[in-house]
Amino acid sequence: MSGDGNKKQFWKRNTAKVPGNIQHVYGAQHPPFDPLLHANLMKAGNKAPSTTTPGKPKKATTFQEFESITSDAWDVGDDDDELLAMAAKNLNIEVVMETANKVIENHSKLQERRQQQMDKMSEPDEKDRQEAHEEEEEEPDEEDEREEGADMTTDLSFSSETFPISDNRMVKSHSEAPVGSHKEVGVEQAVLHRQQSLPHRPTIPLVARMADQNTSGTPAMTQREASRLDKFRQVLAGPNTDLEVSHLAWCKHLLLYLPVSLQGYLPANAERRASTLQRKRQEYFGFIEQYYDSRNDEHHQDTYRQIHIDIPRMSPESLVLQPKVTEIHIDIPRTNPLIPLFQQASWQEIFERILFIWAIRHPASGYVQGINDLVTPFFVVYVFEYFEEEVENFNVSSLQEEVLRNIEADSFWCMSKLLDGIQDNYTFAQPGIQRKVKALEELVSRIDETVHRHMQQYEVEYLQFAFRWMNNLLMRELPLRCTIRLWDTYQAEPEGFSHFHLYVCAAFLVRWRKEILEEKDFQGLMILLQNLPTMHWGNEEVSVLLAEAYRLKFAFADAPNHYKR
Amino acid sequence: MNMGTDLAYNFVFKVVLIGESGVGKSNLLSRFTKNEFNHDSRTTIGVEFSTRSIQVDSITIKAQIWDTAGLERYRAITSAYYRGAVGALLVYDITKHLTYENVERWLKELYDHADPHIVVMLVGNKSDLGNVRTVPTEEAKVFAEAKGLLFMETSALESTNVESAFLEVLTAIHKKVASKEVTRGSISAVTLGQTLGPSSEFKEERRSCCNSS
Repeated sequence: MSGDGNKKQFWKRNTAKVPGNIQHVYGAQHPPFDPLLHANLMKAGNKAPSTTTPGKPKKATTFQEFESITSDAWDVGDDDDELLAMAAKNLNIEVVMETANKVIENHSKLQERRQQQMDKMSEPDEKDRQEAHEEEEEEPDEEDEREEGADMTTDLSFSSETFPISDNRMVKSHSEAPVGSHKEVGVEQAVLHRQQSLPHRPTIPLVARMADQNTSGTPAMTQREASRLDKFRQVLAGPNTDLEVSHLAWCKHLLLYLPVSLQGYLPANAERRASTLQRKRQEYFGFIEQYYDSRNDEHHQDTYRQIHIDIPRMSPESLVLQPKVTEIHIDIPRTNPLIPLFQQASWQEIFERILFIWAIRHPASGYVQGINDLVTPFFVVYVFEYFEEEVENFNVSSLQEEVLRNIEADSFWCMSKLLDGIQDNYTFAQPGIQRKVKALEELVSRIDETVHRHMQQYEVEYLQFAFRWMNNLLMRELPLRCTIRLWDTYQAEPEGFSHFHLYVCAAFLVRWRKEILEEKDFQGLMILLQNLPTMHWGNEEVSVLLAEAYRLKFAFADAPNHYKR
Repeated sequence: MNMGTDLAYNFVFKVVLIGESGVGKSNLLSRFTKNEFNHDSRTTIGVEFSTRSIQVDSITIKAQIWDTAGLERYRAITSAYYRGAVGALLVYDITKHLTYENVERWLKELYDHADPHIVVMLVGNKSDLGNVRTVPTEEAKVFAEAKGLLFMETSALESTNVESAFLEVLTAIHKKVASKEVTRGSISAVTLGQTLGPSSEFKEERRSCCNSS
């Protein structure tokens, strides 16, 4: 709910009609980034005193009291001026449509280029950069471009009005800046970059972007990085590439660039980013002190119990990016006296903590099965980020406790931010999901009447298969690596996880039209729809899916009348 | 599956699995329909679905079995879950007494949403863990009888009584169905006690047929 006040958005986000009036549930920590609305909230003294002092909070008798004694997770004060400084711009719809179609064209071009690339390995870097540059307006200076790209990305991610990510423009405050990119991803990201600017989304004017550049001496790609990058390419492009290894390589390569995009809750300014990161982490550790002990209290034990049942059912295998790696083994040194709570931490305990604390802080929904899945991509990305070993050797061991704590905190905030935009998926009766499934049905009836009628004929209800698509954001339908890739784009989209996801679901369903139309009875259809063959999907399939979703979005987003029956 | 298999079965019975989270509904389903068991089965989201055809008195019955999450939150969307169900397996975990205590609540929900003639079996799962049992067999059996429910203890892990449980339920349904009108070859399976246009005609035909013989 970005509250951007766009009247044209056809889904008519009149949330007052939603049961329970989700918009005003303050337990949900969603930052409404309509500056006016935001200003009102701030005025209303909504900024609660921080309860970082240890010990139990005073008992809240009403929900409002509870909210007022709970510290606001999103201290947006820092970045108000930045947000308000953003100028709304309208993009010419034709330009936008043009770029959408470009992606699809580009995809076929990519196929050709990849073939060429296979042959000459020597100069991929230069080619990548040039291709990426073609699509963009920025100045040619690589490093500055990276800077501003990263700044913009995180800034806008934070404000939930985002600028797209190009994975050769990520900067993480603590790590080296990668240069160049995995070819396919780089080009596609660059193209998506352009078309992700929608008419109703504020975009930072070029002037502001340049001004915002905070060239805090991000190091150029090191020799080590460069050789690693080459190694990835060799692994991926070699004629006798072992598929498993190449997948590993691809995953790791992708994961190197994701962490910054995932830290969408951090401000753009690199200096402040580091300090905010620290503050957020401390805040989370404060939550643990504040809440975690209460998990066996009467009013919390049901929540905790359910989480406690669900987490062990998330087997290590489900955390794995690809079959070769059989487990993520985290061995925490048990001798660290500093923080007893973390001494015996296993990943299960980490997940339990994250979920329990989130649930307690969001009483409007509490813990809902499926939310546990949503922690996984963030956690996995952060864990893999700390790999120092060679790409073929994916065993994590002896991750330092400090590192693990930070991973936990970061995962918590990322997940929290994600859920902010889709809270009504999980509140009672799950109105968000009901609405989205209904919208999916309407959309499919327009884009593929044949498929729609086929489903109707055999009495397949969308809720019967698409519920899971909405509740778990397609995580149960795709391999984890695809989820990560998908979410990378969602992060860059305004309401990516709620609104854009809908188009992705529509594109996803229609992608299987051949298989769907071949099924001539209810049973067959249901079993197909709940077991779609995506096991070997990778970046390419997801990219095509995304391109198709964008095309749909542009076709339908500003045309509410298309949906009037 | 194509039109050809329609000829391969006489009836489609929709059966639902209900019960608390973690009692083993999904594994009962997978054991019965695929002969599979998964120690690390993930929590069910929304509804899941599987089928299996069996023989009952030389009639071929296609069991259409629905599985859902046990958590409260999903109830709002699962009201459609019960629609058209002619059988239900109400599952609890014999090692977790709480899951047995909540059976009453599940029964209430069942009767609130489902056909009153629905065949219900109380299933005590995880019988392989008899050494940590917390629900005595006899107690559950008595409770089931009092409520007019079938009863069986099963182990999806060891594949004990899973087949029998489903078979018993489907046979009981078949008995009920045989005495009422049926919608033959219906996509949405058999319903009990409901008169639809075509089937009432069919019913009349049957009656005259039976009368004449």
